[in-house]
Amino acid sequence: MNIVVLVKQVPDSGAERELRSDDQTIDRSSANNVLNEMDEYAVEEALKLQEALGGEVTVLTMGPEQAGEAIRKALQMGPDKAVHVLDGALHGSCAVATSKVLAAALRTLNPDLVLAGAESTDGRVQVMPHMIAERLGIAALTGARKLTVDGGTLTVERQTEEGYEVVTAATPAIVSVWDTINEPRYPSLKGIMAAKKKPVQTLSLADLGISPDEVGFAGSTSTVVESTKRPPRQAGTKVTDSGDGGVQLVEFLATERFV
Amino acid sequence: MSTLDLLGLSELHSGEEREISSTVRRLLDDQVRPHVMQWYEDGRVPARELAREFGKLGLLGMHLSGYGCAGASAVAYGLACLELEAADSGVRSLVSVQGSLAMYAIWRYGSAEQKQEWLPRMATGEALGCFGLTEPDHGSDPASMATRARRDGTDWILDGGKMWITNAPVAAVAVIWARGPEGIVGFAVPTDTPGFTAREVRHKLSLRASSTGEVVLDGVRVPESARLPEARGLKAPLSCLTEARAGIAWGALGAARDCLTVTIDYATSRYQFGRPVAGFQLTQAKLADMAVEWHKGYLLALHLGRRADAGILTPEQVSVGKLNNVREALAIARTCRTILGANGISGEYPVLRHANNLESVLTYEGTSEIHQLVIGQKLTGLSAFS
Ligand SMILES: Cc1cc2nc3c(=O)[nH]c(=O)nc-3n(C[C@H](O)[C@H](O)[C@H](O)COP(=O)(O)OP(=O)(O)OC[C@H]3O[C@@H](n4cnc5c(N)ncnc54)[C@H](O)[C@@H]3O)c2cc1C
Repeated sequence: MNIVVLVKQVPDSGAERELRSDDQTIDRSSANNVLNEMDEYAVEEALKLQEALGGEVTVLTMGPEQAGEAIRKALQMGPDKAVHVLDGALHGSCAVATSKVLAAALRTLNPDLVLAGAESTDGRVQVMPHMIAERLGIAALTGARKLTVDGGTLTVERQTEEGYEVVTAATPAIVSVWDTINEPRYPSLKGIMAAKKKPVQTLSLADLGISPDEVGFAGSTSTVVESTKRPPRQAGTKVTDSGDGGVQLVEFLATERFV
Repeated sequence: MSTLDLLGLSELHSGEEREISSTVRRLLDDQVRPHVMQWYEDGRVPARELAREFGKLGLLGMHLSGYGCAGASAVAYGLACLELEAADSGVRSLVSVQGSLAMYAIWRYGSAEQKQEWLPRMATGEALGCFGLTEPDHGSDPASMATRARRDGTDWILDGGKMWITNAPVAAVAVIWARGPEGIVGFAVPTDTPGFTAREVRHKLSLRASSTGEVVLDGVRVPESARLPEARGLKAPLSCLTEARAGIAWGALGAARDCLTVTIDYATSRYQFGRPVAGFQLTQAKLADMAVEWHKGYLLALHLGRRADAGILTPEQVSVGKLNNVREALAIARTCRTILGANGISGEYPVLRHANNLESVLTYEGTSEIHQLVIGQKLTGLSAFS
């Protein structure tokens, strides 16, 4: 089975993140950039399928030069090779434009299965798998907490707020996964050393037959006009227990709609 | 290391070396640190489970090549030892004995069949190994060992006993050194061979998170194919020790680093006489001196590691590293203990555990005195061993 995993470099969600004041894009220079956490689960799932079914695992990213770091992190876990779509004109691309580029890159790779994290911790829009599926005319099985492959049929337990749905599709298809699906492996020491030697193909917009004005700020369907910092955190509610502490707690949880 | 790196040491490493070190650290943070004090207190360590975890990461025999081993550099191996020992010297010992002593002995002196039989399983952690050189009556002077190997037809019969053998109670294979008709010979002995027993050494007050055994060899019959064919004379086991000692020069720095980071943290938040104890000049003198020694030790370990990778490391150089770094690490651990006051003797803090462990590390793999003699002989041309 020929699997492509979409990966993305994101600013560490555990650290302070900033938007650039000039163009409202993420300030990557000040951020600690890491591999999007959910993507590790997608890579793990791909590797497990490869172990069971054979075939090849390729990681695909679109991003600036330094996104190569995220590729290397992913390759350390075990995939065979990577494709990096790298082009100065891509800066500022919205989700729609990004999906155009990734779909074009996927066409060159012709996978049986595309795996992705259910969301990236920076944008959190969760739309990329759907958009790519639409562009490629394949099925999207999103938000999986379990994936099984039987010949050319994919079955997914799709995690929902209430429980899960079982959905199936024929390959080729795209599946996005939550962190409930598996436990990603640590890169092994061999993996760390081998990652440097794995092939990483760089593709430009020209290679993909996309014109620069279809992407970046020019080709984006949405623009961030303005941004303000999140207001500082409010002090929490302190419950003093003078006999009715339990009742007060439940009332708090109820008014905040936690229960 | 970031908090303790006064000299920009991390810039002396490649990205790959830094990644290996942080990967090892992450595994230890997950799987070892939360439990190690309990293991220490119980005097029991889940060695087999740990070996599998370490094997999955590729830590076991990581500096060897082939047979499923990672083929990492000596420096990368050293950094892994440092991270392991920052968790606990006993846990580092498990890995050192497996990789540098047992696996290395088979890798370097074994037959093709022995390598094929043992190394892949030892690399994954499925099979643990131990290395039996020391005997109850022969420690620093292994040349006078009493364990005998005699021929019986095409077989060998081993009789004798080994003492203080790390991993022996949990090992599947024991590398055993014995006196044969033509000098010291080595064997890869499956530990289920009749006549082989390994009893846990009890009442240790040091290296408690490590399994240590007393091995009895009572008419242990092994075929000629169990003998390590390339090992001739005491040189063979001593060369294995040289391997392990290079890792220990790094490892000891890990224990010292853990003591120092904990102590700096403690001293800056512990108030006496209205200010943090770190604010007193006497405390700062201790901290500064310890940090200086630690950095010197690091540069020494790195120098030795780079020489090992260049293939030009000599046993005397390893003695310099083992002697200095373990001795200084122990001094650091003890001084840190004073700064923690009463808390210094508590298992809630790792400091006395490290100090106690380092007492073992100071003695095994050649005592400090033996390394002084090695260096002394190199300087003077005179052997003072006997
Ligand atoms: C926890 C632990 C784990 C161990 N694991 C292993 C293992 O896996 N495999 C293994 O084979 N061994 C192992 N050892 C044994 C270790 O290598 C020996 O303890 C060490 O070599 C010292 O031997 P000894 O204890 O018999 O001390 P001795 O040799 O009796 O030495 C006693 C003292 O005399 C000094 N001394 C001895 N000879 C001289 C001399 N010529 N000049 C000056 N001073 C001298 C020593 O330095 C020491 O201070 C382990 C030991 C410990 C504590």
